[in-house]
Amino acid sequence: MDAVNWHTIFFWLFAMLACGFAVGVVVTNNIVRMACCLVASLGAVAGLFFLAGTEFVGAVQLMVYVGGTMVLLVFGVMLTARGPFVSMQTGGGQWILATIIGGALLAVLLQAAFSVPQWMAPKPLVPQAAPAPTAATLGLALMGVRVDKLERPDPVLRKGMSGYLLAFEIISVHLVVVLVGAAYLARAKRALGPRPIGLGGRSAPPLGAAQK
Amino acid sequence: MMNLLTQPVGLSHYLAVSAVLFVCGFLCMATKRNILGVLMGIELVLNGANLNFVAFGSRLLRGGTSDGLGLDGQAIALFVIILAAAEAAGALAIALNFYHTHATVDVDRAEELKG
Repeated sequence: MDAVNWHTIFFWLFAMLACGFAVGVVVTNNIVRMACCLVASLGAVAGLFFLAGTEFVGAVQLMVYVGGTMVLLVFGVMLTARGPFVSMQTGGGQWILATIIGGALLAVLLQAAFSVPQWMAPKPLVPQAAPAPTAATLGLALMGVRVDKLERPDPVLRKGMSGYLLAFEIISVHLVVVLVGAAYLARAKRALGPRPIGLGGRSAPPLGAAQK
Repeated sequence: MMNLLTQPVGLSHYLAVSAVLFVCGFLCMATKRNILGVLMGIELVLNGANLNFVAFGSRLLRGGTSDGLGLDGQAIALFVIILAAAEAAGALAIALNFYHTHATVDVDRAEELKG
């Protein structure tokens, strides 16, 4: 018997957790349980990122996704989960149709994933005990300097490997604009009905509005 | 079973996990009536795509650094995570607005624009 392959064992553990909780998100109708299952599934995916050797992306996944995005979603669930909205049933016909389409899609994707023989088993790593840190090179790439492929022999290809400074800036501005827009959209309204447009001006606030 | 546990894991296994995540997210988007459930399906789909990027860019799974996405995969995965955060914030604001104006979170009730 071969030696115990810890990478494989932890891969199966995290893969089972991720897939199982993802299926749990689909099959349950309770919105609170869906949120809990989604947190567990995203955490297991972060474990898979660590196993793939990309520890910085795994840490970002844990902090931004599980720590930030899921807090946002759970707040949305808490703000809206009352009465009939906690558990909403889906019709049987929709389930049958979705299962057929989803099963066909899964069959195609799995067949594609296992169709390339070079992807089945990893190539043997030459420097076994040399885990390269990825955070520094990743940060430099985001700043526009690529230091990870300097040894590439072809100078033409080496010239094309610029960094990600422009994409980084665009995404930063995008995030700021989206968050400001979200804060503007989600501010609390007092009336439940649709408000007439044009009457909500800020020019003359009524007395007592400042104490709100 | 022991054979399964002692074999090394390749790129295909990661792709299979991401395929399962993607299909689960797709089913979630297709069948949930709660608008927040649809949002959770989108998060699952984005995570499946992210796992693909990371697996193709991993040095452990692809051997050396000469082939594969390398650092590009991780950078794109970071961008996807940030864009997913922005998308969740915007979509959640829209969902809360919808809840405030219509007093429901059922996406089937959003039919004012239906022709």
